[in-house]
Amino acid sequence: MTQKTDKNIATMEARIALPRENGELVFQAPWEARAFGLAVALNEKDLYEWREFSSQLASKIAAAEQNNTPSSYYARWVASLEELIIAQGLISREQLDARTAEYAIHDDHDHHDH
Amino acid sequence: MNTAETDAALRTRALESLLIEKGLITEDIIDEVVEKYEKDVGPLNGARVVARAWTDPDYKQRLLEDGRATIAELGFDSAQGAKIVVLENTPDVHHLVVCTLCSCYPWSVLGLPPNWYKSYAYRSRAVREPRAVLLEFDLDLPDAVEIRVWDSNSDLRYMVLPERPAGTEDYTEEQLISLVTRDSMIGVAKIESPSK
Repeated sequence: MTQKTDKNIATMEARIALPRENGELVFQAPWEARAFGLAVALNEKDLYEWREFSSQLASKIAAAEQNNTPSSYYARWVASLEELIIAQGLISREQLDARTAEYAIHDDHDHHDH
Repeated sequence: MNTAETDAALRTRALESLLIEKGLITEDIIDEVVEKYEKDVGPLNGARVVARAWTDPDYKQRLLEDGRATIAELGFDSAQGAKIVVLENTPDVHHLVVCTLCSCYPWSVLGLPPNWYKSYAYRSRAVREPRAVLLEFDLDLPDAVEIRVWDSNSDLRYMVLPERPAGTEDYTEEQLISLVTRDSMIGVAKIESPSK
């Protein structure tokens, strides 16, 4: 019998099935896949260096963990991507906020079940 | 989805649509990337590298000297142009890979990292108490085995070359491939001898 210590790792993501199997689900929701694909595709188009994205992501993660913000990995990923794209001047924060608000209103009209 | 998740989903859609309108990206390119990482790139690539290294000493030597180029010989090009260092486990030394700051990982050989690899618990504890972490993965290493922990970053990523298990002397390369697990290439597992 192996000795068991702190079960932190094993339990902290209990929601996610099969966390230790090969072939686990990579994305928990379709938007996560889009966020992932977007960040990688923009890097492949040389719009930024991967290390720029990576360091942005590391600082978002550090900030969230310091403040105990329970945001998901891909929420932090998108926030990082946003910062980088705005910093590069590819789009403005105002444009992004406006488009997000448009979609939010649109979704609200579409779904009355939440 | 909670509010933060809903917001992230909306912002992702907004980002995508704005970038497409600006002509910076197309929907098809994003689809291709996603499909590649959902279907084509995964731990099977790494397993092929490991099985080749076990059966071809020259390949193994090159692999340990220049991971990126030697992995590319099998057709797996390093994502984002990162360097890949391959770490050989031996009866005396066990390597464990982590990214303490975020989630850097050798995508081209292992696919995208599992959720636990991105967790705060793993990132913060792997360096501090690797032995305890490994125990939680049911890997109980003898005290005499030295554990070396490697912290990945965006330019330098690590892959573990696990020990070839006993009882596989007659195995073909294809048979060996089927024994290799993702976790063994991160360093949180050993490969069991198939005769057990």
